[in-house]
Amino acid sequence: MTDFKGQTLSWQIVNGAIELALHREACNEIGSVTLEELEEFVAALPELTDDAHALIIHSTLKAGFSAGADLRELFQRSQEMDQGAALRGVRSFLERIHAVMNTIDASPLTTIAAVHGVTFGGGFELALACDIIIADRVTRFCFPELRLGLIPGFGGIPRLKRDLGNAVVRDLLLTGRSFNVMKAQQIGLVSQIAAEGEALRIARATASQIGKFDKRTAAAAKEFVKPIPYEELKREIDIFCDLYSRPAVEEGLRRFVENKGVQPYLP
Amino acid sequence: MAAPTIDHTIGEILNLAASHFKVPRERLTPDDDFFKTLGIDSLQALDLLTRLEQHFRIELPDYELQGVSDFRTLASRIQSRL
Repeated sequence: MTDFKGQTLSWQIVNGAIELALHREACNEIGSVTLEELEEFVAALPELTDDAHALIIHSTLKAGFSAGADLRELFQRSQEMDQGAALRGVRSFLERIHAVMNTIDASPLTTIAAVHGVTFGGGFELALACDIIIADRVTRFCFPELRLGLIPGFGGIPRLKRDLGNAVVRDLLLTGRSFNVMKAQQIGLVSQIAAEGEALRIARATASQIGKFDKRTAAAAKEFVKPIPYEELKREIDIFCDLYSRPAVEEGLRRFVENKGVQPYLP
Repeated sequence: MAAPTIDHTIGEILNLAASHFKVPRERLTPDDDFFKTLGIDSLQALDLLTRLEQHFRIELPDYELQGVSDFRTLASRIQSRL
């Protein structure tokens, strides 16, 4: 399937680059439908890879790249079943999203996240699965999970540990603060800063440059420099599930979901 | 170089907010609730924060803005990082 248009995302090949576009209002929250469509995408990826040299992931929404996991759906589902079933559901979701992220991470293609605006939580983790992050000037990154009693669950911590210094990881994780693109470039997370609204154009130019190289050589270089921390990724799921089963998390999610104020509930 | 005064910082915030959110500058006053006056939501407030950080060349963690909704308090938070 060389092109696809789903409820939450679409893909097509443009000038030798697969462009995966996220377009679920309000800000590409990753819930069960997005997960199913991401699974369709990674199932199609081997065939797409034959006809492409790069993958670009971007958002068509003004608000940003992605606000992360769909916490409303997560909370809603937890209310519809007993605790054991809810926990099994969360673990299953995490294992499935990890499989998606790991496939993107290990793809022989050079992968580029072209991000803008809100790039939070699971959205940030999707960007971290890519080889290169190109961000526009008003991008904002954040791992807010600790503010709700959780840790990032889509592979964010092992990938941050792989890519950045541990002191930076501790700062971002333990404060749960958001930070801008200048900071992101300063710590080595973002490779190129684009003018507002120009991240996709610059990602396309970068993909075009990558297309000049021998595909097998690029894949070998990537495999050499980008190990995938599979054991830590599995451990992350265990820690997340252990934390998720506590009543304090349910209460935090409830306050986040039910908050009607103009500022979100994020302690 | 001496740090700018709080009034100067407020003025710069009002100018930036008016320009970016296309609100007449004369409608904005230091004690306005910026969510109401600018008609913005929390995501747009983060956008404003990013622009202010770039303008003033500072980092301002979002948790410092919890419960802050007026330009004057926002300016004082920025002022403490200049």
